[in-house]
Amino acid sequence: MKSICLYFQVHQPLRLRRYRFFDIGNNHYYYDDFGNESLLRKMANDSYLPSNKIILKLIHSSNKQFKVSFSISGVLLDLLELYTPDVIDSFKELADTGCVDFVAETYSHSLVALKNKQEFKAQVKMHSKRIEQLFGQKPVAFSNTEMIYSDDIGKTVASMGFKAMLTEGAKHILGWKSPNYLYCNALNPKLKLLMRNYNLSDDIAFRFSVKEWNEWPLTSEKFTTWLDQLDDKEELVNIFMAYETFGEHQKKESGIFKFLKKLPLQILNNGGYKFATPGELVKEYQPIAVAHVPNTISWTDEERDLSAWLGNELQDEAFNKLYELSDAINELDDARLRKDWNYLQSSDHFYYMCTKFFSDGDVRSYFNPYNSPYDAFINYMNVLSDFKLRIEALKKEKSKSVPLETVIAKKDKEIKHYKSELTKLKQQFMLD
Amino acid sequence: MKVLMFGWEFPPHISGGLGTACYGLTKGLSKINDLDIVFVVPKSYGDEDQSKMQLVGANNVNIKQVQEHIEKFKTKHTYLEVESTLIPYTDPDEYYSFRDSKLYSKNRLFKVNAEGKLEFTGKYGANLIDEIYKYAYVASTISLDNEHDIIHAHDWLCYPAGIAAKEISGKPLVVHVHATDFDRSGGKVNPKVFEIEKMGMDAADKIITVSNLTRQIVINKYGQDPSKVETVYNAVEPVSLEQKKEIKKGVKEKVVTFLGRITLQKGPEYFVEAAHQVLQRTDDVRFVMAGSGDMLEKMVARAAQLGISDRFHFTGFLKGDDVFKMFELSDVYVMPSVSEPFGISPLEAMQSNVPVIISKQSGVSEILNHAVKVDYWDIDALADAIYGIIKYDSLSDVFKEKGKEEVDNLKWTSAARHVHDVYADTINSNN
Repeated sequence: MKSICLYFQVHQPLRLRRYRFFDIGNNHYYYDDFGNESLLRKMANDSYLPSNKIILKLIHSSNKQFKVSFSISGVLLDLLELYTPDVIDSFKELADTGCVDFVAETYSHSLVALKNKQEFKAQVKMHSKRIEQLFGQKPVAFSNTEMIYSDDIGKTVASMGFKAMLTEGAKHILGWKSPNYLYCNALNPKLKLLMRNYNLSDDIAFRFSVKEWNEWPLTSEKFTTWLDQLDDKEELVNIFMAYETFGEHQKKESGIFKFLKKLPLQILNNGGYKFATPGELVKEYQPIAVAHVPNTISWTDEERDLSAWLGNELQDEAFNKLYELSDAINELDDARLRKDWNYLQSSDHFYYMCTKFFSDGDVRSYFNPYNSPYDAFINYMNVLSDFKLRIEALKKEKSKSVPLETVIAKKDKEIKHYKSELTKLKQQFMLD
Repeated sequence: MKVLMFGWEFPPHISGGLGTACYGLTKGLSKINDLDIVFVVPKSYGDEDQSKMQLVGANNVNIKQVQEHIEKFKTKHTYLEVESTLIPYTDPDEYYSFRDSKLYSKNRLFKVNAEGKLEFTGKYGANLIDEIYKYAYVASTISLDNEHDIIHAHDWLCYPAGIAAKEISGKPLVVHVHATDFDRSGGKVNPKVFEIEKMGMDAADKIITVSNLTRQIVINKYGQDPSKVETVYNAVEPVSLEQKKEIKKGVKEKVVTFLGRITLQKGPEYFVEAAHQVLQRTDDVRFVMAGSGDMLEKMVARAAQLGISDRFHFTGFLKGDDVFKMFELSDVYVMPSVSEPFGISPLEAMQSNVPVIISKQSGVSEILNHAVKVDYWDIDALADAIYGIIKYDSLSDVFKEKGKEEVDNLKWTSAARHVHDVYADTINSNN
């Protein structure tokens, strides 16, 4: 019996407002409230709410045989809470069925794994805590922002106690090997790896509504026969995609929701398959081999690398200038600064600065609020400049303030001095 | 004396120094008692300040009457096309959109609206040459309808209009050279633009240049008789008191500003390089590049490459009040133009008590004493000057005080009187 692991990454960017040079030092609010709210409302209505509803129904009608996993970024959780709390409620409802697994990620959907281990760990912990608070479960599996992975990142993740990590079954990593087995990290074999089957995943995520595709239209029957064609020995199929596939990237009119409604039941009725969460997979299967990933991979673009976020001079400059601040942030430990700090780290900011030709990038260019990567860079750097000013101002303030104990000690000394003077004067007065 | 004046833009719809200069000059001229001005622009929006003169929008003229001359012009000067990179100024409405050719690619044909009037976009773009000639055709009608003693045409865009008007009325023509294509293109002159410029200067009875620098170009490159060319320096509008609102400066560091079109002519790359040098020596400074243009992206990338983007800011195109705000926030103003016929913006900066550094290759350097003058290519000298002004308060204080004094004495009324003299001479020698 093969296991099918269905995982959805749920994230939306937090848009910055048009922040001009004149605002630096004068206005410390960086976000486009209107843009964020309307984007979230649209996402909730077109994608999240209808998809959640279908999944809930499927869980019940399949007698809890249907299982899915989600990773919801902390940034999105904040946005959902602020603008569309109904979506949080519907995810809670899913969590209550016991058939839905929540996977950990970085709070900010950030690229911090590439820069700062300490900060990375802190962000992951923050996210896990938040998930536990909201949905009552402690994540056992981890998926990094946009499936970013390397041996080294895996090692850090293993050291945090995670049992499994999700990543891309990139062709240049696996070569002739199949993604349909369990693998493990090259530096710490305790960490199991789930490699995405990008063919089957992208058939749904990217190609579903492409009429030029020779397999169009994709039906649940057709998809099930593809699963049947897999080698008998293969153990599992990892189908990972962005949750916005349903209703946003693939519009309602394409029949994506009908497909989502039918596919799980079709697969279950076909026999020979079960749905499983990453946590269940690592318990059930043994890794077949080590996956060597010395260079960082991701699930984005044809290159499956980091070039969508980092690499050009704009992105590198912004990225380096941002993480120069991490020591100061930790030192000051100010709640408001930390909140902005989290939001400024989102990978989306760097994605907007990408100058390479967008081919796969089309999926998200629709959400890009900027006219050009230069425009995105200018705006981001202006915000960052103001943020830096706030850090400096707070540093100064802190260095000025004296600890309370010394103030009390000083006052005590004064009181003592006055007291003795008082008794002295009293005695003198008495003598007179 | 009645003057028929052809311009291309007029406040508040301006995209460059030409509009500012035209406005200042006409305002100055209006203070001279015996002068009447009819100012013609390709498109009047209706919200321009018309208290000073009569403004005639070419799109308010019925073109039926000029059909004949259109034909004549068409045969004489064949239809010209200018590649979009040669657009003299980019459109201010393109703020943050960075050159969008789609904006201009339509409207290739002359558009006539329901009343039989020509539609003018009044903005610089790929159909610029179209507009120039359309404007010229309409000019001949205007020339018939408006009695005048002298014709005054500003810059090459309006020369064909001036020539057309002269052919109809036979009155003397004065062309006003605010810039030549040698300035705009950095030496790589567009032959079509050059042809129009030369045609205008040849047809003119008198040529006014905005500096001796430009005068020399007109004499040497366009083969004009020196006695026909006269320099009248530009001036600057005094800032009224009500405009002087308190502006809150958000950053404590000194601010060094570049403000202008980010194009080859303005030398933005020298500013970026100098900024890099200064930042290696001191932290206590921020640089701002305000404006838009075809080199903006390159400058953003260069600043990122040098790793100075947290101290080097871009604002995009600034309009009206924001320009003033920018000056108020600045501690040094830098104009490293490669070739600048005049350059009014340093004068505006000095009015706002901002010390200025200007290139020796600018017309304004001929009349300013209290400004630092450097060769545009001399990045070391530029960095040195910036460092000096931000670090030594006494230096900047002197520049502020003396500069303000100096600039307050540069009045449009004196420039206007000079122009009036040129008119009188031209009319006299024509009779």
